[in-house]
Amino acid sequence: MTVNREQRVTVDREQQVLDRIDRARRRRPKVLEERITMSHGAGGKATQTLIEAVFLDAFRNPQLEQLEDAARLNVGGARLALTTDSYVVSPLFFPGGSIGDLAVNGTVNDLSVSGAIPLYLSAGFILEEGFPVADLIRITGDMREAAAAAGVRIVTGDTKVVERGKADGCYINTAGVGLITHDAAELGVANARPGDAIIVSGPIGDHGITIMLARGELDIEADVESDTAPLNGLVASLLAATDGVRALRDATRGGVATILNEIAKSAGVGVLANEDDIPVRTEVRGASELLGIDPMYVACEGRLVAVVAAEAADKALAAMRAHPLGQQAAIIGHVTPEPPGLVQLKTGFGGTRIVDILVGDPLPRIC
Amino acid sequence: MRFVDEFRDADKARALSAKIAALCEPGRQYKLMEVCGGHTHTIYKHGLEDYLPESITLVHGPGCPVCVIPMGRVDDAMHLASADDVIMTSFGDMMRVPGSHGSFFDAKAAGTDIRMVYSPLDSLKIARQNPGKRVVFMAIGFETTAPSTAMTVLRAAAEGLENFSVFCNHVTIIPAIKAILDSPDLRLDGFIGPGHVSTVIGCQPYEFIARDYGKPVVTAGFEPLDILQSIYMLMLQVSQGRSVVENQYARVVPWDGNPVALRVIGQTMELRPFFEWRGLGFISQSALRIKPEYQRFDAEVLFEVPGVRVADPKACQCGEVLKGVLKPWECKVFGTACTPETPIGTCMVSPEGACAAYYNYGRMNRHRVPEALKVISR
Repeated sequence: MTVNREQRVTVDREQQVLDRIDRARRRRPKVLEERITMSHGAGGKATQTLIEAVFLDAFRNPQLEQLEDAARLNVGGARLALTTDSYVVSPLFFPGGSIGDLAVNGTVNDLSVSGAIPLYLSAGFILEEGFPVADLIRITGDMREAAAAAGVRIVTGDTKVVERGKADGCYINTAGVGLITHDAAELGVANARPGDAIIVSGPIGDHGITIMLARGELDIEADVESDTAPLNGLVASLLAATDGVRALRDATRGGVATILNEIAKSAGVGVLANEDDIPVRTEVRGASELLGIDPMYVACEGRLVAVVAAEAADKALAAMRAHPLGQQAAIIGHVTPEPPGLVQLKTGFGGTRIVDILVGDPLPRIC
Repeated sequence: MRFVDEFRDADKARALSAKIAALCEPGRQYKLMEVCGGHTHTIYKHGLEDYLPESITLVHGPGCPVCVIPMGRVDDAMHLASADDVIMTSFGDMMRVPGSHGSFFDAKAAGTDIRMVYSPLDSLKIARQNPGKRVVFMAIGFETTAPSTAMTVLRAAAEGLENFSVFCNHVTIIPAIKAILDSPDLRLDGFIGPGHVSTVIGCQPYEFIARDYGKPVVTAGFEPLDILQSIYMLMLQVSQGRSVVENQYARVVPWDGNPVALRVIGQTMELRPFFEWRGLGFISQSALRIKPEYQRFDAEVLFEVPGVRVADPKACQCGEVLKGVLKPWECKVFGTACTPETPIGTCMVSPEGACAAYYNYGRMNRHRVPEALKVISR
């Protein structure tokens, strides 16, 4: 195709603008708002800015700076992983699980994707005056079963009660410790290299859509349930099958799109995903179409994204598919040399577009 | 998935793309405007421009409801919402639109009671549940959303609700298109007509565009193949030297519109003498207000509305973008000072805004993509 002079000038000018934007995006993040808004908790750009400009700024140290799902620590010759997470999901009970399941599985998964074997959890409860004891017993029952299924123990805890109206029923914080075995691979999204395959372990968006519909505000009914599940078994099978795994992430808030962006940004590479290859249940796709949201940004609670060296991709995929939680695993894209820091999507329609980090909050209090 | 996948078929897209390319005269440049922000969103989200020859440029029009709201109206709404006994309700799109003292989201974080609703009828529910409060619905949008606001007013009247009102910011599409046609800055070859608006007003109101201005109009649906087919239909007219109004979206849009929807709008609302549009300035007879018969539901009657006029920030070039004179990335603050997280202009707020659509989906150098594809096919 011939490009005339005028068009060439336009293309160059557009590239200059893109470069300028790229520089602006790499500037030191700063929280411009005077107060916390819901966006700061959405797992997107505002959350990232808050973490880097406030928390990292205040607590900076080499372990925290990794900003991985769990910190890796050397303690008395052992390598440990430590993580913590708070759960404020509304409603507390939903198809496929409850806040109790999330509180255990979420923390187990943060340890698992760091390459650690999850061992012990803590559980802190913030309860609102008037909260039904029967509900608390149901939640703790779910936590007991989830812990048993994941092979971890809840070994310490805390209880606080606040006045009616100062919390919404029940919030839970869990922290978890896991052991990184001496021969474990160094996992991290910064390790991604051009040519690597990107694998997702199953259909995306189930949890987020379930919660959205469970709130009953939308008058949409669909046969979906949360995918909340402990991923330590799946991770163990995957890591045992191949040493070509470079990074693992669990796709919670911000969805798969946010993880692809983290890969591109941390490793200074491009990511090209193929929309047709991304597994999404028909019910989730339908609800997303109706609501105008993109499943790539919707949270999962039992799915992981793996970056795997090209030559190990088939082995990794087979290992995941052999596990009950990875039967629908799929290669959704690849790492590319260009353009660094950007995620591109080949759309089902056959066009291309970028996939940016989530802005704003399609759905608060998802986990 | 039915009703979706058949309108996103890549093989059909390739066939249409070839037919469109065959209609282009060598050396000639074409500019087509998609009036509706929903189309802008679809174009970027599906990467539709990859199917167009370089000689066709899509110009993004003013049909994004949030984008045309001037800052002064946001400040007025904020003033209404700040009263202690008021609950403001709003569509989610509106929440991040900046006024001169921040957005609804900022006001909400500072303690103002502003709630997001999916339908204006949800506001009635909130009004029923909070009899001691006054609930004000921030009504925005073109003829697409005006009928649901009208129905809500009628429902409130039938129920005798006394604590519900509407802050009406509904606008009408035809005067905006006319303002663009009369603007000296822009030469267009045709219009992709707004599909959703047309479900209400039909296709007949566009006939003056074809007749008096000699520009073809094709009313289009919102799936990518709909838009590609509309571009083909427009290019066919251009190549044959014709200009008529055609309806690509006949599966949804009746030629004469929706008489029931038009009736309820007429029953509850009337044209304002003039209304300020962001970037386009004051346009006469371009917006709707609540009729005097229903003034007990009109927030502008019930409350003291300051009626502030705020000049757009100097750096912001939303007006030029809304008129299609500038491409989003040609604006001086695009992507640096003005981003979806911290928008200066309205075009960066709504997913239908041209700047937000380009920033979120189109911010890439298409000439580099083929290289990346090679890696995948290896």
